[in-house]
Amino acid sequence: MPTTLRPLRVALVALLLLVPSAACGSDDSEPGTDGGTQTFTVLAAASLTEVFESFAKDFEAEHDGVEVEFSFGSSTDLAEQAADGAPGDVLATADEKSMQVAVDADATGTTPEAFATNTMVLVTPPDNPAGIKAIDDLADATWVRCADEVPCGRVALELVGSNKVTSEPVSLEEDVKSTLEKVTSGEADAGFVYKSDAVAAGDAVNVVEIDDAADHPTSYYIAALSQTDDEDLAQAWVDLVTSEEGQATLAEAGFSAP
Amino acid sequence: MTRDPLGRPPALLLLPAAIATLLLVVPLAAMVAATDWSGLADQLGSEQLREALRLSLVTSTAAMLVCLLLGLPLAWLLARVDFQGRGLLRALVTVPLVLPPVVAGVALRTAFGRTGVIGEPLLELTGFAFPFTVWGVVLAHVFVSMPFVVIAIEGALRSADKEYDAAAATLGASRWTAFRRVTVPLALPGILAGMVLGWARSLGEFGATITFNGNYPGTTQTMPTLIYVTRQSDQGAALAASLVMLGVSITVLLLLRDRWLGTP
Repeated sequence: MPTTLRPLRVALVALLLLVPSAACGSDDSEPGTDGGTQTFTVLAAASLTEVFESFAKDFEAEHDGVEVEFSFGSSTDLAEQAADGAPGDVLATADEKSMQVAVDADATGTTPEAFATNTMVLVTPPDNPAGIKAIDDLADATWVRCADEVPCGRVALELVGSNKVTSEPVSLEEDVKSTLEKVTSGEADAGFVYKSDAVAAGDAVNVVEIDDAADHPTSYYIAALSQTDDEDLAQAWVDLVTSEEGQATLAEAGFSAP
Repeated sequence: MTRDPLGRPPALLLLPAAIATLLLVVPLAAMVAATDWSGLADQLGSEQLREALRLSLVTSTAAMLVCLLLGLPLAWLLARVDFQGRGLLRALVTVPLVLPPVVAGVALRTAFGRTGVIGEPLLELTGFAFPFTVWGVVLAHVFVSMPFVVIAIEGALRSADKEYDAAAATLGASRWTAFRRVTVPLALPGILAGMVLGWARSLGEFGATITFNGNYPGTTQTMPTLIYVTRQSDQGAALAASLVMLGVSITVLLLLRDRWLGTP
């Protein structure tokens, strides 16, 4: 059979076909020291993004030469990465179940401590196109929640059940930030997110409270990892998060006390 | 093996070649080895997996047909018609090929999302919106695989001799008749290869689909999305679904073996 595709073209097309289409992944930073600065890595649930970033400023000010790096993602993913020995000093998850994954793999160096709880709210775009005032209004709306596999999905599923919501979501998102993003981008009329995410989103969303949300909280756990090079520093981070000052910052960000 | 008159291949080339081969083969072999074969039957029988596989096959095939319908004429235009800006047009067509799929998803949303440039008027006029629907999945697939189809078919058309078109014209055939009766049949193997390529690209599509359409079983949850989501809770199910995809990929390769693996 004659070759009808030019070899270069075939190679190009084949190469591009094999490029992973996911094109996503966490950026792992080089751990360790360089030029006197010490890198300190925190693996944390996506919903902790804003509040942990503000902790990092205080922490870096208190500890000379320490630079805090984050890997934010779904708790389940991070716990598995920690269990696989991913470089990190501290792990903070959005539920007990994912923390247990790390504990079972002997990846934790300290006993996990509960440091906050979070409840769910409904968010809509600022102009609330579907006119959602309560969870019952979801019946005719295009709404989204997290997938059953991740903590935020399990809580949303409980609320959907307790409030007898019969309509189906249009999408089951992989984490709470992507659920929020479906709403802020205007693609969905409403979405189930944590209260802290709604606070962080500010004017980009309109918040609709759910009556029994307080009955379905999720607890956040934190522990130092066994592979940390500096146990004292890891403990210092845990102490900062659980301190009075840390708790105040968490409360301001929409979290509740453990 | 006959002795090569040019001498033995140097180790400096053989070593990297061996490493390259291992790099490509080992992860896939490891995945097969990590599979829990006793539980595989259950995993494969799961409703969710079958639904995702069916959706993947249907949307990829639909996308392939759209790509053929729209892409073949475009490829013909690029290969056979001389006009100003042809290079620019080809460059434009190629952009989605090198674009990260997530960016493709964001771009699709700004155009066809519910608040998009085309999506908003469309929603107002018809009440229909692409995101979160099967049509949205097909749209995302077409966007990412069309460049593969167009470029592969254009290559096929270019290497099929233009003289035959000219001969058809001297015999009184119109350009449309020549296209239908001469150009397409001559380039048919290349066109088919282009279609299979586009189909395979659609089947593996993940970034644009999940960004533009989210993830819902039965409507927008294709195989790659299912693997991505179940990986968080059930590694066994994710592995089983990955094996299915590996099987489909190998089948595609076998279909193309005459064209790609047949070169001596």
